[in-house]
Amino acid sequence: MEFRPILSAMRRNKFGAILIAVQMAVTLAFLANSLSLIEQRLSYTDRPTGVDDADLFVISSEPVERSKDAAAREQADLAKLRSLDGVVDAYVTNDYPLAGGGWSLSARLTPDQNVPTALSAYYFGDEHALGTLGLKLIAGRNFTADEIATRTPTEVGSIDGIIVTKALADKVFPNGDALGKSLYVESDTRSVRIIGIVERLQTPFYGVTGVASTYAENSTIAPYRPVDNYPTYMIRARPGQRNAVMKAAENALLQLDGERILRTKSMTEVRAEAYRGDHGLIVLLVAVCTALLLITAFGIVGLTSYWVSQRRRQIGIRRALGATRRAILHYFQTENLLIAAAGAAAGAALAIGLNLWMVRSFEVVRMDSSRAFIGALIMLGLGQLAVLYPALRAASIPPALATRGG
Amino acid sequence: MLAYYFDLGLRSLRRNAVLTILLVTAIGVGIGASMTTLTVFRAMSGDPIPRKSSQLFVPQIDSQGPNGDGERTEDHLPDRLTYIDAMAFMKAHAAKHQTALFGVTMSLRPEDAKQKPFRTRVRVAYRDFFPMFEVPFKYGGPWPEADDENRSPVIAISSALNDRMFGGSNSVGKTLNLGGEIYTIVGVLADWEPVPLFYDIGRTPFAGKDEVYMPFTHAIDKELGMGDSLSCNSDTPLGFAALLASSCTWGRFWVELSTPEEADQYRRFLDNYANEQRRNGRFNWPARTQLRDVMAWLRYNHIVPGEVRILILVSFGFLLVCLLNAMGLMLAKLMGRSSDLGIRRALGASRGAVFAQCLIETGVVGLAGGLLGLVLTAVGLWLARSLLPSEFMAVTHLDAEDIMIALLLAVASTLAAGLYPTWRASHVQPAWTLKAQ
Repeated sequence: MEFRPILSAMRRNKFGAILIAVQMAVTLAFLANSLSLIEQRLSYTDRPTGVDDADLFVISSEPVERSKDAAAREQADLAKLRSLDGVVDAYVTNDYPLAGGGWSLSARLTPDQNVPTALSAYYFGDEHALGTLGLKLIAGRNFTADEIATRTPTEVGSIDGIIVTKALADKVFPNGDALGKSLYVESDTRSVRIIGIVERLQTPFYGVTGVASTYAENSTIAPYRPVDNYPTYMIRARPGQRNAVMKAAENALLQLDGERILRTKSMTEVRAEAYRGDHGLIVLLVAVCTALLLITAFGIVGLTSYWVSQRRRQIGIRRALGATRRAILHYFQTENLLIAAAGAAAGAALAIGLNLWMVRSFEVVRMDSSRAFIGALIMLGLGQLAVLYPALRAASIPPALATRGG
Repeated sequence: MLAYYFDLGLRSLRRNAVLTILLVTAIGVGIGASMTTLTVFRAMSGDPIPRKSSQLFVPQIDSQGPNGDGERTEDHLPDRLTYIDAMAFMKAHAAKHQTALFGVTMSLRPEDAKQKPFRTRVRVAYRDFFPMFEVPFKYGGPWPEADDENRSPVIAISSALNDRMFGGSNSVGKTLNLGGEIYTIVGVLADWEPVPLFYDIGRTPFAGKDEVYMPFTHAIDKELGMGDSLSCNSDTPLGFAALLASSCTWGRFWVELSTPEEADQYRRFLDNYANEQRRNGRFNWPARTQLRDVMAWLRYNHIVPGEVRILILVSFGFLLVCLLNAMGLMLAKLMGRSSDLGIRRALGASRGAVFAQCLIETGVVGLAGGLLGLVLTAVGLWLARSLLPSEFMAVTHLDAEDIMIALLLAVASTLAAGLYPTWRASHVQPAWTLKAQ
């Protein structure tokens, strides 16, 4: 294919060609960045919590009037919950993964350390916690019943051991020898020993950015049974029975004590709620990207059709002089390829520039440069696809047109 | 003449139907996408209390030092106060109005035993809360200052709660059972729902609705909780008394200062206070204080979520692509009519007249695109509302101002995009086009 005639024809139609190239460049810049954002949010919302999402649910209980015998009520609730048909296990906690807010603490190796070694979520749980959540213990052991201390707003029993996640263990003891080591977590005066390490347990916090996002899997479980007027129960149902068990558990608790307000949520709901914004963003970005590609494609169709109609006579003359249909088709395809190549090159640079700016002012994660390259390929493909219809129309112009002078 | 051009513009919309549809769609879709996000953004970043936002301030003080939890804010200052500081500021009375405040939930037990108890959001504050935030009342009014001093069990309630509990009738003097305690109603608010809930920005600033207002002093006596927003730099205090005496921050504090001079004066008061604490040995770090007004406070708290800002950027990029697109299509459309325009020129129309005619045609296209854009904005908002967390989409609605902005944006951007094609069209050589016929 000869480029020279195409280029000189383009020179006469500079503005239109530049317009298409610029449009493709801007489309590419936003497409590549949106793709990168979509990818990041997908991988972010796909992170496992470490717990058995499908079978777990949470019941928070709030009394109508505060009572003095919170501990006894809680014991009765737990005994009832554990005895229910279809319940694997249950325990009382302070927080649960992806709840939105909760306790955090700074882990220190020495009591007078100014900058903490790591930040971590602070969960309370008894010997039933691991089994209820379905956590995978990869080193050490679970709590035993006699290690569990009661914790009320005014009295905190003393504990010796904690269970941490692998992420936290590796952060604090990078050599992989965390088991048995001591840490200062809550108190500046008393250290606690790591007696077990679980594979994974997400914090209650979510958010793609911010301080909490830097320690999404740093969690500590302390062997406390929290006692107050507002208990939160975690309950695990047998596979497939969750919805039925949720209702049964609510009824059972209300039967024990009707003077309270219960809020029940499955872990699946908790998860969906936590990631609602991210999923919404993904869907909206996909919609905008699709519209962007369609608009650009139709723009190419429109402008190329115009060029074809302007050049009907010249095309007829070329055909009369012996050019094949294929040659006419190739002419417009090559023309578009040249414009798209220029647009894609500029667009890739623009995409990277836009990303750098977004990283600085929107706290987004940096885009992999290969995304700009993929975007460029999409642009070239899109251009070829869009030009096909007007180019075929051009190729079908009869040679007789040259003589008719239409 | 303008009316004639306008008529010509409408006619020419029909002339090349495919191009026109493409053109109007491109502009409409671009306007729809960008207006959707702009409407959301405007609703979220709006001024919740326009008349007073520059007179209401949040004082901040570095009460935890370098060990503190202030890492959550950009300047490492705690965004709440300790009880000690809040009480000292109340006592100092250095501003016209001031109030410490926090929110709790309590259970409300209806008198009718058949109705179930339910949770309600309680705003705990001093009397000054009502005049300083210009809270309107339907019945009664704020509790008298004496109730702050006497730590009385009185409340004001929202009109929504009044509707629910008393069928909207005047309930002043009646009582409600909250957490087992009987409270006397002194006032019923008229509709008042600042969005966002600027005076206590929590995790869901666009969702919170207060239903009951209660004297701060009484709530402290009842040991009403504040655990949610507790931030400590030392061992967790055990018990309520220990909490009040601790360096943990948990409460909000607002002051009303009518003039910039008063604000400067208050800044000096804060600095003096912080320095005094340092001399007393309570702080062993340099004194740092800050005083922000409502809008600065909202910005400081990053009230607009990152998702919305990303969507704004992407949708305006989208509008740019749509306009570039429209520009190309408009060029094609106008150049396709160059023979027409050539004849007009040959018949004596001046270049300016042709330019004006084309520009008005472009404006008509822009207007059509804008109308389509408005429809698409409504669709877009509906889509966003069903996809994004409800708490921040609840505040968005298309108001008259948004509609004006959409139409103006459509016409202005279409005209800007049409300027070059129009200029090209008006420079058609009459002789050349006539010869080409």
